[in-house]
Amino acid sequence: MASLVPCPNCGRRPKEEFTIKGAALSRPAPGADAADWFNYVYLRDNPRGTYEEYWHHTSGCRRWLVLTRHTLTHEVAACRDAADGSQLEGGA
Amino acid sequence: MSSYRLPKRGLVDHNAPLSFTFDDRSMQGLEGDTLASALLANGQMLVGRSFKYHRPRGILTAGAAEPNALVTVGRRGRTEPNTRATVQELYEGLEAQSQNRWPSLNFDVGALNGLMSPFLGAGFYYKTFMWPAPLWEKLYEPFIRRAAGLGKASYEADPDAYEKSWAHCDLLVIGGGPTGLAAALTAGRAGARVILVDEGSLPGGSLLFDTATIDGRAAADFARDTSAELQSMANVRVMTRTTAFGWYDGNVFGAVERVQKHVRDPASHLPVERLWRIVARQALLATGAEERPLVFGGNDRPGVMMASAMRTYLNRYGVAPGKATAIFTTNDSGYGLARDLEAAGVDVVAIIDSRPAAGVEYRGKARLIREAVVCGTKGRKAISAIEVHRDGRTETIAVDALAMAGGFSPIVHLACHRGGKPIWSAEKAAFLAPEGLKGLGLAGAAAATTELAACLGEGAAQAKAIVKELGLSCPPVALPKVEGDEGIDSSKPLWSIPGVKGKAFVDFQNDVHLKDIGLAVREGYSHVELAKRYTTSGMATDQGKLSNVNAIGLIAKARGVSPAEVGTTTFRPFYTPVSFGALTGPHTGHHFQPVRKSPLHDWAKKHGAVFVETGLWYRSSWFPRSGERTWRESVDREVLNVRKNAGLCDVSMLGKIEISGSDAAEFLNRVYCNAFLKLAVGKARYGLMLREDGMIYDDGTTSRLEENRFFMTTTTAYAAGVMNHLEFCAQALWPELDVRLASITDQWAQMAIAGPKARIILQKIVDEDISDAAFPFLAAKEVSLFGGALHGYLFRISFSGELAYELAVPAGYGESVADALMEAGTAHGVMPYGLETLGVLRIEKGHVTHNEINGTVVPADLGFGKMVSATKPDFIGKAMLQREGLAAPDRPQLVGVVPLDPRQSFRTGSHILAKGAAATLENDEGYVTSSAYSPHIGSTIALALVKHGPSRHGEEVVVWSGLHGESTAARLCNPVFFDPQNERLHV
Repeated sequence: MASLVPCPNCGRRPKEEFTIKGAALSRPAPGADAADWFNYVYLRDNPRGTYEEYWHHTSGCRRWLVLTRHTLTHEVAACRDAADGSQLEGGA
Repeated sequence: MSSYRLPKRGLVDHNAPLSFTFDDRSMQGLEGDTLASALLANGQMLVGRSFKYHRPRGILTAGAAEPNALVTVGRRGRTEPNTRATVQELYEGLEAQSQNRWPSLNFDVGALNGLMSPFLGAGFYYKTFMWPAPLWEKLYEPFIRRAAGLGKASYEADPDAYEKSWAHCDLLVIGGGPTGLAAALTAGRAGARVILVDEGSLPGGSLLFDTATIDGRAAADFARDTSAELQSMANVRVMTRTTAFGWYDGNVFGAVERVQKHVRDPASHLPVERLWRIVARQALLATGAEERPLVFGGNDRPGVMMASAMRTYLNRYGVAPGKATAIFTTNDSGYGLARDLEAAGVDVVAIIDSRPAAGVEYRGKARLIREAVVCGTKGRKAISAIEVHRDGRTETIAVDALAMAGGFSPIVHLACHRGGKPIWSAEKAAFLAPEGLKGLGLAGAAAATTELAACLGEGAAQAKAIVKELGLSCPPVALPKVEGDEGIDSSKPLWSIPGVKGKAFVDFQNDVHLKDIGLAVREGYSHVELAKRYTTSGMATDQGKLSNVNAIGLIAKARGVSPAEVGTTTFRPFYTPVSFGALTGPHTGHHFQPVRKSPLHDWAKKHGAVFVETGLWYRSSWFPRSGERTWRESVDREVLNVRKNAGLCDVSMLGKIEISGSDAAEFLNRVYCNAFLKLAVGKARYGLMLREDGMIYDDGTTSRLEENRFFMTTTTAYAAGVMNHLEFCAQALWPELDVRLASITDQWAQMAIAGPKARIILQKIVDEDISDAAFPFLAAKEVSLFGGALHGYLFRISFSGELAYELAVPAGYGESVADALMEAGTAHGVMPYGLETLGVLRIEKGHVTHNEINGTVVPADLGFGKMVSATKPDFIGKAMLQREGLAAPDRPQLVGVVPLDPRQSFRTGSHILAKGAAATLENDEGYVTSSAYSPHIGSTIALALVKHGPSRHGEEVVVWSGLHGESTAARLCNPVFFDPQNERLHV
């Protein structure tokens, strides 16, 4: 029905403006092991708790965001621009 | 007016009569009535038939929880079935029909179901209709649907408008009773932005029927004055006729405002309903409490009513429930009703109190029977007597109305919408809201506070705390003085009643009675969630507002545990039913989704284009001419003409993205699997974009217009997806690259001009030399048009395999440029062509689209293996493309297919089998991805993905479609059917 996402550029906006990509993971280095690539492309945790996800503010500023969401309560603990350089889970 | 209306009483306007009809009978009500109060005033006790047993039913409540008095209001497109008569405001000319009866409300054949009741108990669906299964669809379900029913929806379109809106506030107060009014007033006076929503037409809640005085004023006057003060404040918004129906993430509340459901002819400039999403920093639930029915035999007979409802009809609407009333109570609230009835001149025959002593003193005339219960009722279509059980003896007392006061359950629905479960309080004998809620508090009767003064105080105190948290200062609020409030003690609930005679209903709407609950427990369905589904208790449109707590109490008693142990079922939105109209809002018909029209749409239209919807786009499909009887005739003509003369095609809907920045070339080099770093300025290149798993994602041409500026085209379907993907790459993967992306799809009109005469025609409007020497294949440059009047981009690229160009001009000039090209080409036989012809031309050339790029193919599968750069250190998909399986020799790969007999044909999607092989999954060798009739080949031609395809050219196979029972002998071949040496391209 409704819920709001705190976009660092646009403020709190309805979730319908966003597109969710899924887990925010670090892309392996080009020469990384096949196993690392396999993990990156296919394997996902399914935690009960906080989860970092890529959200795209498609109908807003068009920036990709990293959103820390609680999978049980949907509470958003943090939301930053994906380009701001913070380390992602699984990052080298 | 009838004798049930009490003169000069209530908040109705006795000088403003309203006419309405019920089952086509004319009746009179008053301004301020609900349909229910007007029916009662007319002595209409029988209002509907029950769901399963077709028992006569009357009006049980005076509010949103009503399970019985469901009627159909309005006619034709405005028909609204299952309207609760208790919340429908009366208006002049209202037309209401009773439901679930045939042939009439008074004589209903379905009532025979009552005789079959031994077979219709809990779980009867499961037991009766298990066998034989095939009869379910043909016999059982249609029968049940006809017999057990609610109102019928209209098939006519709703003529009214609906709207959606957002609102924001510091404090949302849900419920405009004493608690809510006190809270809104406190926060409003402190300057907070307050929204007060109330489902009724007047704020006030219980104050509208309470006989207490507040600061010397009647309670209803206090409500009116407070509401007037609130409405005068600029920072406060009072929304009546508005039900907050759900609590969602981010402290957003859903609410529906019935803007014009109380008028006969809705004004066309206003919606009839408005769906609100209210964003609240804090919210206060002041929704009050629901009175519980008592589960005795015949508790559903018309004339039996909730005590608080009876008091509402008496005091707010000036309607007497009957002439000889009895009250069955388990707590002190029944005595307030007795006093009010007697004050209004209505005889109270008896008060039956289940307790040995009451908490209040009663001085009225009614006979007081303590330590007694009502165990049964008598009467046919209305109650005529009650059976009182005391000390093992039963006494019959003649009455024409009975009130039941079973205690109160706080209305905590919204507090449980985000996953919390209500908690049983033994002290309050009630389920209370979950603990630790954020952004939402409860006060007043919703928090099991019963006294009026305490409710007012609690509302004010909570609002004060919220206001302080918001950083506002709160002026001191003097609490009003309350007199004449008798309060309601928290009596022990009386779950089961001894000596019950006949059916004692727990869930009135779904006809679930006491024995059903017992049966469910005995048969092992004692878990509350199982009992609910086995008995269907709480599953009707009222979602068990009256019945759930009783059902839980009865299950607890049967299991010998506390209600805390039984727990509740899950509360979900919506609190009360919300119309599809409100949820849909304005997005109906033409407004259901946007329409995308190309800048060349009108050009195509005036040439007679037949349009096809592809996503949101309207694309010109073919251009029929007079004398052509089938689409194929038009398409064949267009195809032949392109290869003979020239054709003009609208390709504006291809995605167009401008990519700029000092790292733009490096960026493209990473998003395409082929090399882009060294693409020369002024050149276009075909690019393949992979997904990270190595499969092809999209294709298109990208041109280097300047050193650091590129013009990318994508397929129509993936235009938005590619843009999102590129933004992801630029922002999330490689933010260090200097690259900027802009979608320019809508800014440019783009047209393909293809065919041997394309250059001669185009040269007439292009100022620069576009000869093969000056503008060779894959040239891409900005050009001047019409002697410098306009500039555009010209690309020498070809999807048709002919000498071809694509010209992009600013969108607004598209139509006039296309007109100029058509004029320039008249002497050379130019014709418009559409999407179908585009498809035939590209299949003839073996060019792929998303039919082939279907998410399962890697570049080598389509013959693009050599395009993939072996030297680039990185690109999207590079790592996963190395996987062994993706280079397996038996992967389905691109091949052409033609029928052996040119008169035969086959369809896209058909499977390829080796000659003579049985049609089994193991023998499946691939499938047809695209097919068309080629007028050049003179037969159907197709592209297919077939195992070992490229090495099997010439082999005879079978094209098989099990879906259509078709089997066609065919031959695999080179996927390029026409001009395999590309001689027509380089001229």
